[in-house]
Formats: sequence, structure tokens, C-alpha cells
Amino acid sequence: MKRYKRRRWNKNDTELTLLALPATVWYVLFCFLPMFGLIIAFKNYRVTGGKSFVYNIFHSEWAGLKNFEFLIKSKDLFVILRNTILYNLVFIVLGLILAVSMAIMISLLYSRRKSKVYQTLMFFPYFMSWVVAAYFVDAFLNVDNGMINSMIREAGGDRVQWYMNADVWPFILIIMYLWKNTGYNMVIYLSSIAGIDSTLYEAAVVDGANKRQQVFYITLPCLKNVIVMMFILNVGKIFYSDFGLFYQITQGAKGSIFSAVATIDTYVYNALQSSTPIGMTSAATFFQSVACCATILLANALVRKIDSDSAII
Amino acid sequence: MEKKKELQAQRREEGASRLNRIKPRTNLLFNVIFAICATICIIPVIFVFIISITAEESIRMYGYRFFPQEFSLESYEFLFKEGDTILQALGISVTVAVVGTLLGLLLTSTMGYVLSRNSYKLNGFLTMVVFIPMIFNGGMISSYVVNTQFLHLKDSIWALILPLCVSSFNVVICRTFFKTNIPDSVIESAQMDGASQMKIFTRIALPLSKPMLSTIALFLTFGYWNDWFQSSLYITNSRLFSLQSLLDHIQRNIEMMAKNPAMGLTMQQYINSMPKEGARMAMAILIIIPIACTYPFFQKYFISGLTVGAVKG
Repeated sequence: MKRYKRRRWNKNDTELTLLALPATVWYVLFCFLPMFGLIIAFKNYRVTGGKSFVYNIFHSEWAGLKNFEFLIKSKDLFVILRNTILYNLVFIVLGLILAVSMAIMISLLYSRRKSKVYQTLMFFPYFMSWVVAAYFVDAFLNVDNGMINSMIREAGGDRVQWYMNADVWPFILIIMYLWKNTGYNMVIYLSSIAGIDSTLYEAAVVDGANKRQQVFYITLPCLKNVIVMMFILNVGKIFYSDFGLFYQITQGAKGSIFSAVATIDTYVYNALQSSTPIGMTSAATFFQSVACCATILLANALVRKIDSDSAII
Repeated sequence: MEKKKELQAQRREEGASRLNRIKPRTNLLFNVIFAICATICIIPVIFVFIISITAEESIRMYGYRFFPQEFSLESYEFLFKEGDTILQALGISVTVAVVGTLLGLLLTSTMGYVLSRNSYKLNGFLTMVVFIPMIFNGGMISSYVVNTQFLHLKDSIWALILPLCVSSFNVVICRTFFKTNIPDSVIESAQMDGASQMKIFTRIALPLSKPMLSTIALFLTFGYWNDWFQSSLYITNSRLFSLQSLLDHIQRNIEMMAKNPAMGLTMQQYINSMPKEGARMAMAILIIIPIACTYPFFQKYFISGLTVGAVKG
């Protein structure tokens, strides 16, 4: 690398710069400008009619940490923070265990053809948008017509307002998360299982290892790198929630189930749709961006310390 | 000829692995488990399909059921009558997916190519431009403010296309592919012959990377087809609704679909007579069909894309 640094700018560089220009412009407009826009969290942001965005930013007065004070004082912060982190932790742990064990199981099946069919069917939910998935859930939980309620009604019971019952939502959300993502994650792990050198297993057989021992002493250790990588990627997103899951499936994440399902993203989105001043919510997203960046770096540093080969940065 | 060899190799492998595999009982157990999981993954679609062909009268009486009292195609007839709205939305969805995919491919591949040239003077700088957004971003609020007040994308079809067309993940996939698959010597000899970087990119790099490009194109296309979030943030004009956002809106308000009352009916009578529940579900089915028919063929490209992306960036 160092060799190139002293070199003069030449025609090659000009051509490559021209090639990279469109994408660089895109990055500036859609990634770096919003980063700069984060300072509205420290401003009393006000839109003056007919003026440009940059003018508005520079001419809004500084609010110091007032936006953050508002956010911390409102009870919502604790709820949305708790929900976001707890749901993500459950998703990461359950998702990992389920996907890895299923990948191992499916790799052990006798019939390759059957395993292909299972994979294809289980991959299917991944291609559904959460809007469509919300219809699926509605078909079961709808108050008037939903399957569960009509079964209850037939048995002589009273219908249940599922969409207002906070207790059941953690379970529904976890089930829906696993429903959508398990097949996809399973296939990722399966493709790395397929890449394991088969001579390892042959050697193990010669040494008299049974299938269970092979799984624990060959397959799992070989999967370690992929598992760690997926883990870092997921932990890095711990302050982000899958917006569609929390917003569409719950049909708005508001009202009486707010405390059970609201996450930072649904909170911010709902505030954006209402006429809440932008300051407090921008404080929430500022916190989210910074916390997310910190967790990625931290997770990566941690992994690097334990096993420097697995770190991704 | 090659197929025969492959088959033979497969058979030999199977012969070897016959000695080392799980017990038949365990195999049966695993098969049952996967059969159940696969069913869970697709049963909601079947259920929604059944609802869509259930007579509205039957839904009103007995709710949603797997085995309805009476079948009817009235929901589909209704949607056919309101075909203009759906065709309009389909047009938007297709336009967004096609334009977005092409634009995304262009930006991603040019950036990936430039980053793959080690001798490029600004390589380090542009790598940071691509890398930083992977760990830090501006968040929902400031993106929204920038897109609406600076770029004026509100109620424009570009709001559905531009924010999604580049992802750093894809750029890294692209860079890694170019780096590993196009040797420096090829490019150097092309330069010796007087080819410009532009020419090398279009005549050598792109033709050699069709498999990778098609994988990225698939990611992009499915992303655009399933997107409703951009639409829910930026689009209020119902003529710019995509299929997904139309589905999102009729979840709350199916009546917006009723625009062409039959002869002799007032609007109100028409709305009262429409198959509300069935039509919603029929709409969902119409969106699922194209994906359900195509994804089994594309599945393996998704997986190959994921494994390429797993190469250390």
C-alpha cells in the first residue's frame, strides 16, 4: 500500500474518480447528510417557509440538551428502550439456537431431495413483507372473524380482543420473528456446514466417534466463525428493531399494548406521523445512532480479544 | 457426460456415508419435525387463500375458517372490477423495481470496481465513505428531514427508488468479487493496449461478473417489491401507491378500493355490497403469487450472495 502513496495523480485516477462519482454523490446525499442532520437533536428545529434545509438548520436556535431532558423525563423512554433491547436479546439467542440446531438436523437427513423441499418451504416466509405477514396474523387474531375467536365462540366462550391484550404480544412477536427468519438463517448455517471438509468426519469415524460426538466436536467448532459473525451483526443492531414486525403485526404499536410492543423505531415513526415537535424524537434517534455505533465497535473489540480471527472490522 | 460423472461421485459418496449416519429412528423423527416446521411456514398462505375464496356471507356468519360453508369468487370479481387501481399500483411497483434495480446495479458495480483497484489514489478515502455508513447512520428523523426538506422527495416516485438503491453490504460483495475474480494482470495488459478504465469496466469487469451481478439484482428487486416503508413515509398521493402500500392502506380502510359502482347503485350501496373481508385477503394473495412462483428458482442465488458477503471485508 505505502508504495502507491507517493505516486503522482495520473489519468487512471481521474477515470476511476469519474466512475466512482455517482455512487459517492449518493453516499453524500443519503448517508452523510443525514449524519450531519443529527445535530437537529441539539437544536430547536424550526422550518421557516420558503427557506432551504441548510438555512433552517443554521438559523434554528441551539437547545443544548433540552431535547434529551424531555426524552428522559417522559416515561416512554424506559419502556421503548427496555422493549427494544429485550426483544432483540431473545431474538438473537432463540434465533441462533433454533437456526443452528435445525441446520445441523437437516444436514443429517438421509434424503437430499426431502431436505431441499423442506429448505424451500421454510425459506418462503423470508420473502413475505411484514404487511403480508400482518394479514396472516390478522386471519388468526381478528376480533370479529379471526379463526381463534370463532373457535372460542363456537366453544361458547367470549371473544378476546387480541389486539388490545398486552400479555400475549411478546409471544406473538417472538413466534412471528422466528417464523420469518429461521428458515433463512438455517440456510446460511447449512451452506457453511456443506463447506466443512468431509475428511474430518472420515477421520472421526476411524477414531470411533459416533454421530453425536461428530456434531459437537467437528460441526459446531467449524461453524464457530459464522456464528460469531452473525452474532456481531445482530448485536450491532440491538438498538434497532425490525420496524415492520413491531409496527405492522401489532397494527400500529399504540394504545393499550404500547408498553408491551413499542420500540424506539415505532415510537419515532408514530411521533413523525403525529404533530409532536421533532426535537424530542430526534433526540431518540441520535441516541439510537450513537448507541448502535458503540455496540458494534464494542462487540467487535470483545470478539477480537477472544479470538482475533473472528472479528469483522 | 459430466452429469454421469457427477452421479457416480454422488453415489460413491453416499456409499461411504452410509456407514456414518444417524439411526433410522432419528431420521424419521427429524423428518417429522421438519414436516411440521415446513407446514407452519406455509399454512398462513393457504389459510388466507381459502378466506379469499370464501363467500362473504359465510365469513359474516362463521368467521374465517379452513373449511368454509360456501365458496365464491366474488372477491376476485370485485378486484377485477376495480382493476384500474390495482394496475396503477402494479405499474408503480414494477417501475420502482426495474428502475431501482438498474440504478442500484450501476452505482454498486462502479463503486465496487473502483474500490477493487488497489493502485487507485483515493482508494482509502472511498473505502471509508462506504464503510462508515455500515456502523453509523443518521437515523429515521434526519433522513426524513433531509429527504423531504432538502431533496424534496415527498410525493415523488424517486422517494421509493433512491434511498434503497445502494447498500454498503452490496458494494463490499461487489468489491470482493472483482478483487478475487479479475486478476490484476488482465487489467494491466488491457491498459497496456490503451484501454481506459471505463472500457475495462464495461468490457472486462462487467461481463466476467454476471453471476454476482444477478445475485445483487435479485436482492435489490425483492427489496423493492416488498418495500412499503418508504411509501408510508413519503407518499400521500394514492396514484403513487405501490402494491405493498396499497395493501397496507386497505388493511385499515378497504373502502378506498371501491371506486367504480355498478350501474344503478349509489356509492354507499356499492360499498355496503362489496366483499370487504374476502377482497382484502384476495389482494394479499395477488401480491404473494409472483413471489411464490419465482423464489424457488432464485433461492440458490440468494444463498450464494450471502456466502460471498461472508468473506471478510
